[in-house]
Amino acid sequence: MGKLTIGVFSSLVGGTTLDFSVRLAKAAKDKGHDVYFWTSGNATMLSKTGQRAFKDYSYLAKICEELAGQGVEFVACEACAEARGYHKEDTFSVFKRHSMDWYLAKCCQSDKILHIGGE
Amino acid sequence: MARKLKQLYLVQRPPIKSENTKLAFTHSMASQTAEIYLEDGEEVIPTLAMVGDGVYNVVTGQQLMKHYGLNSNENHAQMALLIDLKVLVCKEDLEARGISADRLADGSALGADMTIEVVPFSEIQKEIESHDQILCF
Repeated sequence: MGKLTIGVFSSLVGGTTLDFSVRLAKAAKDKGHDVYFWTSGNATMLSKTGQRAFKDYSYLAKICEELAGQGVEFVACEACAEARGYHKEDTFSVFKRHSMDWYLAKCCQSDKILHIGGE
Repeated sequence: MARKLKQLYLVQRPPIKSENTKLAFTHSMASQTAEIYLEDGEEVIPTLAMVGDGVYNVVTGQQLMKHYGLNSNENHAQMALLIDLKVLVCKEDLEARGISADRLADGSALGADMTIEVVPFSEIQKEIESHDQILCF
């Protein structure tokens, strides 16, 4: 099976690009691929702990927990998160934080990369 | 397996209005430290290409530091040149906006040897074809 890196730059709230990206990660994982999930810019909102489910807003914490349990690696851009006031202690448990070089390295080591832009 | 990955950062949007274009610069420059996560023989080689309104990112005289205390994409372009990244700008898109080549960012004051290359879109198309990955910003 292959290695897939998904890089996402869109916010959790305000659109459904992150919803699509996470479900894409699930589809790839369900097929048996290794999946690396990079969030940068506004997408680091997904790494914030304490997300609450409402019917009018995207809620992806539960599916992220399930995917992490299956081996999907979720990483947030540390600088992008810190700039937004999301500090280490605010980070959702399934997320690691790295600098952008981690993403570039995963791009190099993956069979496919899906770079999904932001607003 | 050893791999030299060629990434093209295709920047189509103007600066300031969104964060995306800044992320094109910062992500491409992160290639300098990606080796800490890479195996022996692996390398990431980025190229930046400005097309459409993306050409505004490398116009000189940006005043973001003066007005907002923030680094401009002109500053980021200078840094990219300083670390020897290839920065291309589409000739036709510059001309369409009335921007002359002498108004483009220059990294020489920082000690950069590289300069921004103004090239026809046909050259950028060749870059698109020759790179392994295209990342659009």
